[in-house]
Amino acid sequence: MKQPAFHTIYPYLRSHKKFPHVWCPGCGNGIVLGTLVRAIDGLGLQKDNVVMVSGIGCTGRMPVYVDFNTLHTTHGRAIPFATGLKMARPEMNVIVIMGDGDATAIGGNHFIHAARRNVGLTAIIVNNLIYGMTGGQCSPTTPKGSVATTTVYGNIEQPFDISRIAEAAGAPFVARSTVVHVFELEKLMEKALQKKGFAVLEVISNCHVGYGRRNGMPAAVEMLKWMRQNTVPANTPPGKADGKITRGVLADKDVPEYTELYEKIIEKAMGRAAE
Amino acid sequence: MTDNVVVKLMQGNEACAEGAIAAGARFFAGYPITPSSEIAEILSSLLPGVGGKFIQMEDEIASIAAVIGASLGGLKSMTATSGPGFSLMQENLGFAAAAEIPCVIVNVQRAGPSTGQPTSPSQGDVMQARWGTHGDHPIIALSPSSVREMFDLTVRAFNLSEKYRTPVIVLADEVVAHMREKVEFPAEQRIPVFERPTPTVPPEWYFPFDNSMEVPPLAPLGEGYRYHVTGLYHDKAGFPTLRPDEITPWFERVFAKIERHLNDIVEVEERMMDDAEIGLVAYGCSARSALAALRLAREQGFKVGMLRLKTVWPFPEREVTRLSRRVDRIIVPEMNRGQIRLEVERVVRGRAEVVGVNRLDGEMITPNQIFEAIKPPVSEDL
Repeated sequence: MKQPAFHTIYPYLRSHKKFPHVWCPGCGNGIVLGTLVRAIDGLGLQKDNVVMVSGIGCTGRMPVYVDFNTLHTTHGRAIPFATGLKMARPEMNVIVIMGDGDATAIGGNHFIHAARRNVGLTAIIVNNLIYGMTGGQCSPTTPKGSVATTTVYGNIEQPFDISRIAEAAGAPFVARSTVVHVFELEKLMEKALQKKGFAVLEVISNCHVGYGRRNGMPAAVEMLKWMRQNTVPANTPPGKADGKITRGVLADKDVPEYTELYEKIIEKAMGRAAE
Repeated sequence: MTDNVVVKLMQGNEACAEGAIAAGARFFAGYPITPSSEIAEILSSLLPGVGGKFIQMEDEIASIAAVIGASLGGLKSMTATSGPGFSLMQENLGFAAAAEIPCVIVNVQRAGPSTGQPTSPSQGDVMQARWGTHGDHPIIALSPSSVREMFDLTVRAFNLSEKYRTPVIVLADEVVAHMREKVEFPAEQRIPVFERPTPTVPPEWYFPFDNSMEVPPLAPLGEGYRYHVTGLYHDKAGFPTLRPDEITPWFERVFAKIERHLNDIVEVEERMMDDAEIGLVAYGCSARSALAALRLAREQGFKVGMLRLKTVWPFPEREVTRLSRRVDRIIVPEMNRGQIRLEVERVVRGRAEVVGVNRLDGEMITPNQIFEAIKPPVSEDL
């Protein structure tokens, strides 16, 4: 029989040291982290073999709470740190956790190159449409017309679609879900963790404090309702999906993974050196 | 047993790459930039042959990030760049200093500021190597003056980096990196290689930032020691902290681990100092012209000697102080506006006259230029 969620999660928390956490009440980050731990537990990954790498922002603080190998890097640079680590330790499960600002603004270049290069990382991008930790400034995914502390007259820029960028840049696995669709999210996380290659999972999350409050959704529940009403499964017929955000596996293809290809280069070069 | 000394005609950047392999470097991440690109090109070929890894990243920021990541994975790691790329690396250089991750950054200096002159020499990044990243932090920087030293100081950079858990900068320049010299390489068994200490305690007793030790061992990720690494102020376990009683001992330790070992870290070379009344303080490519000027001056009877800095950071304060007690005049030739001269003045504190000889036009500083500063000024009254 499946144990209650708390009993699954507890052995993975650095509970004696790092709590209470820094996030606001109702923040979606807790749901993302809890779901990730359940997915890791479900797949039976060993703690010693899991490394969680983050950048800066609210998601940057996520690794410190969990009992894996954890690396909290600089803003936007989690992917290249993880790339070096994955090359040094190809056998490890390297999970990169980023926010929308982290992954698509300051770290946007690293993100598209990682997708192109196809290093075997699991990139989880918590898209809360805003810079939360710094107090609600506009991000590359803030919807047009939204109010942020730096777009008080309404955002005039068009937002990025993170998943479509990842797919266009060559990522072999792209999926999207929200913090309200937790069972779907857990399944997608398992798929992303099992994928050989650069797997991208975009998780739409709520920052009701930084985003919702200024855009008619001041409570977490209102933002969760917005997610339920404005997203549809990826297989929804075109007529019914208009203007809505698609959820599910958006791309899944077989592309040779970088560190595996590099092992072949080593074999070739060492063979040549031995001659 | 005979030592198999290898004699080769070699370029400085090539010697740097060979030094890296000899030191045990097994990871390189970089981005093409003149005049350092040969290091990346050569290592892309050599590293996989010894089971190592090479990756060309999308920029210099990513390069140093990957280097730090690979170092945490247990590989001796490096990157190579020049001024503009070195500027981009500064934030993560600070991360490596704060999180105490060993890594080697070769900066083949070119004329700056900005794009400057990519193929021309300069020594304009001396202060950037010291203070380029924000916040107080310890750093080590070495300055090679010959092709052989590109090899030796690259090896030394790795050894110091692994020993003291700190980023080490090889502050080379376009002249030393691109010239070719006949080099006698030491036999492999004679090259000192320091291996990174790893913890011997069980994981539950392990503290990667234990302030009761000078340099706590660094466990490679993935071997059972699960810990946290952050650029935030952190406690002995690596967890973020706001407590002054945890922050202060950390600061004291990371500076002390360098300052208590100056005998090991600071390396200088003295030339013709026995009877010297004038002292040259030189480093990198300028030291080559300084040596020629010194020989010229000695031929003409001037009592000149030279103190050559192989370590520029931490600054060789004790050696320069000693020099200032022995000579009346100190001449500092360098290819910048006097970045090391200011350090010399700070240390000399008026005990001797300090004169700079500077060149920033992209042309190599000449022996004659330095010799002119050695000669006493001709009085116009005569």
